[in-house]
Amino acid sequence: MTTAAMLKITGLNTYYGRAHILSDLSLEARRGEVVVLLGRNGAGKSTTMKSVIGLVAAARGTIEFEGERIDNLAPYRIARLGLGYVPEERRIFTELSVMENLEVGRQSPRDGAPTWTPDRLFELFPNLGRMKDRPGGRMSGGEQQMLTIARTLMGNPRLILLDEPSEGLAPVIVEQMAKTILQLKAEGLTVLLSEQNLHFSQMVADRAYIIEKGRIRYQGTMAELSADAAVREQYLSV
Amino acid sequence: MSLSNIVIQFLNGLAGASSLFLVAAGLSIIFGVSRIVNFAHGSLYMLGIYIAYSLIEFFGRSSILGFWGGVLLAALIVGLIGVVIEMVILRRIYRAPELFQLLATFALVLVIKDVALYIWGAEDLLGPRAPGLRGAVQVFGRRLPEYDLLLIVIGPVVLGLLWLLMSRTRWGTLVRAATQDREMVGALGVNQTFLFTSVFFLGAFLAGLGGALQVPREPAQLMLDLTVISDAFVVVVVGGMGSIGGAFLAALLIAQAKAFCIGIGDVVVFGTTLSFTKFTLVVEFVIMAIVLVVRPWGLLGKPQAAQRGSTMVEPPLHPLGKTFWSVVLGLVILLAVAPLGGDDYLLVLLVDIAIFTLFAGTLHFLMGPAGMVSFGHAAYFGLGCYGAALVFLKLKLPMELAIFAGPLAAGLGALIFGWFCVRLSGVYLAMLTLAFAQIAWSVVFQWDEFTGGSNGLIGLWPSDWLKDRTVLYFVILAFCVGGMAFIWRVVHAPFGYVLRAGRDSPLRADAIGIDVRRFQWFGFAIAGALAGLSGALFAFSKGSISPETLAVSRSVDGLVMVLLGGVQTLTGPVAGAAVFTWLQDEIARNTEYWRAILGITILVIVLAFPQGIAGFVKQMMTRKGLLKEVAA
Ligand SMILES: Nc1ncnc2c1ncn2[C@@H]1O[C@H](COP(=O)(O)OP(=O)(O)OP(=O)(O)O)[C@@H](O)[C@H]1O
Ligand SMILES: [Mg+2]
Repeated sequence: MTTAAMLKITGLNTYYGRAHILSDLSLEARRGEVVVLLGRNGAGKSTTMKSVIGLVAAARGTIEFEGERIDNLAPYRIARLGLGYVPEERRIFTELSVMENLEVGRQSPRDGAPTWTPDRLFELFPNLGRMKDRPGGRMSGGEQQMLTIARTLMGNPRLILLDEPSEGLAPVIVEQMAKTILQLKAEGLTVLLSEQNLHFSQMVADRAYIIEKGRIRYQGTMAELSADAAVREQYLSV
Repeated sequence: MSLSNIVIQFLNGLAGASSLFLVAAGLSIIFGVSRIVNFAHGSLYMLGIYIAYSLIEFFGRSSILGFWGGVLLAALIVGLIGVVIEMVILRRIYRAPELFQLLATFALVLVIKDVALYIWGAEDLLGPRAPGLRGAVQVFGRRLPEYDLLLIVIGPVVLGLLWLLMSRTRWGTLVRAATQDREMVGALGVNQTFLFTSVFFLGAFLAGLGGALQVPREPAQLMLDLTVISDAFVVVVVGGMGSIGGAFLAALLIAQAKAFCIGIGDVVVFGTTLSFTKFTLVVEFVIMAIVLVVRPWGLLGKPQAAQRGSTMVEPPLHPLGKTFWSVVLGLVILLAVAPLGGDDYLLVLLVDIAIFTLFAGTLHFLMGPAGMVSFGHAAYFGLGCYGAALVFLKLKLPMELAIFAGPLAAGLGALIFGWFCVRLSGVYLAMLTLAFAQIAWSVVFQWDEFTGGSNGLIGLWPSDWLKDRTVLYFVILAFCVGGMAFIWRVVHAPFGYVLRAGRDSPLRADAIGIDVRRFQWFGFAIAGALAGLSGALFAFSKGSISPETLAVSRSVDGLVMVLLGGVQTLTGPVAGAAVFTWLQDEIARNTEYWRAILGITILVIVLAFPQGIAGFVKQMMTRKGLLKEVAA
């Protein structure tokens, strides 16, 4: 593939207070790709995602989205460029109904990105359509995971950051989640995913990065990684 | 009470509830989204009354259009003032520690009060009655002003409008979402800056409207800011933080209780006269105390989950090193030689500083190491004053003994009040301390026979051997230094460790078998007793005392000192008390507007050094390598 990178992180360094979390991290996601960032607990996956959306400040390095520097922008500006963020902890508005949760995420339609309406999202996530008025706080973990993705899609993003979407889900739901991600890819969305679940990643991802202690240790196509038992053994086995 | 009387009091209560509800709703909405406890909300209400008064005077007292135009325009102007405040000050400190935001809003109270003093003067201003509604209707043969009827309607109407706004508009949805997780709302592409500003507009508008609507009922005056803010706090806390419906219910409840206390008047029970009229000053605080103990999150509130994205981790305290003690020693030596200058004025100032250092030190102990913010610390200062003074005057004990009655009385008070307070945490705890302080204040204020009422007590002369200013100075200094040393000792004793463990992770502390509450309770009592000591010293250094010693403004002074100095450092209260007392004294001698100057100074400090003076110095020293960095 020769398409230019849609999201390009170069030499990123991020700190929490004095703790150095990400060191010279570089990665990219090209248009229409599903890229997975694999790593163990505490490796720095979520921190990478948060740095991209601007929730944690990048100390050094650059982050570009469609050729534009975003590392100094406020999160809402980044989101408005068409970059959607689905947090690991879901962060559903528990007092708000499903419909209201979607409303918070709504942005105007965007060129070069699929346009979502609640009805279209309910086709993607039929469960949600059956509980439109239910408060977010009274939904199961799986339902909340659907809702948090749907909520981000309401912003009609070009690229979404999915932080460990398979975490804590039953195997059936994980399968469903994989299908959903492939559907999103078919719609033309670019996806940057973080995962610990290799099996799940193999179902959806085109390319993979492995992060350990805040550094990228490996990059390659998903097929290459699947074939490389030594790398998997070294960085991913628990 | 006859039936007609009950109905009339009930209607009075309804009318009184409206304005209270408006202010409280505004406070609640602002708190929900920004997590800022806006102490200046009562000041906005006060501005509402003043501005409406002026506008109505300007448009003509008897024009209906002029009256209502004035009321609405005043509310709008106050809304815009809220916007300016948000944009110029609060916006810069959303990420600062909660207490700093509080300090900034205190500063605003000071500034707004002096602005009002400058524009409208110190006299009370009573506006005209509403044109077209000057009559009264007959209810059960009693007269009820027409304007009150209108107010009775306005409350529920505003409640309905707010409900529509919050539940039926995108803006309302965003506000409710931001109340739970404002960071996520931002990550979804919502411009929080605009959201926050608009929320401030609405909140300030409601406060302004609440004030403006009172023009025909109460005079505009400079004391309104603090009385209204404590009323509004009570309403918000009783109703449940962030619940608009709860605020309405609570406003109703409290206004009814007040109306009935006035209606009942004096009742003779078993031969003694009980004055319910006097009870009006405390009834709301009693209600609040009961609600907080029975249902800590308020009538319609929900147990509060901490809002995301606003957690603050307190840095650990370092063991007191050689540097610390040598600085302290130097300071004490300096203070010891000060009287040699023979400057009487300087002595008086130093005595004040010493006393308030101890007072601020005890509050700091509560807020910092013990993790309990008190909005009513003046109660213990005042109990100390009165305890010592009454023992001296009524029991005729010598001053040397009377001084110890101060900490005793205050410690006892703190034991009682603290028992309730430690059951709560955060803002709720702070509110309850305020409630108790107000109760204590109004008892002292109204019990003429015993406490001298509003006149206070005079004739607190020190014993003969202390008649000399310099000697008195040394004795007071010794007490204050001793008190502070005791506090520092306690903080670094196992007791202090337990308190900090309880503050930082109450659940874990509980899990390893520490009865956190019990320790907090004792901590509260210690802080109270020592505050009482500072009060007793104050009483004898001044020779007279008044209920002001336990008024809200004294508590606010204490908070400002602590926050000014910085909560994270033990030396903070010393710096804070010294700077505050000196500034107040220095400026007050030169201008009538010392509050504004102090307020602006505080704002500048808050915006420039969000860690307090001592925190800033420490940071600079760390940077210059003068202080060893603790490994992260
Ligand atoms: N708010 C924070 N303050 C300080 N350190 C943090 C904070 N959040 C995360 N860390 C630390 O940063 C490192 C990376 O955390 P991060 O959440 O990015 O890991 P992760 O790869 O997402 O892990 P997981 O699979 O458990 O979600 C960890 O060592 C963690 O302890
Ligand atoms: Mg993570």
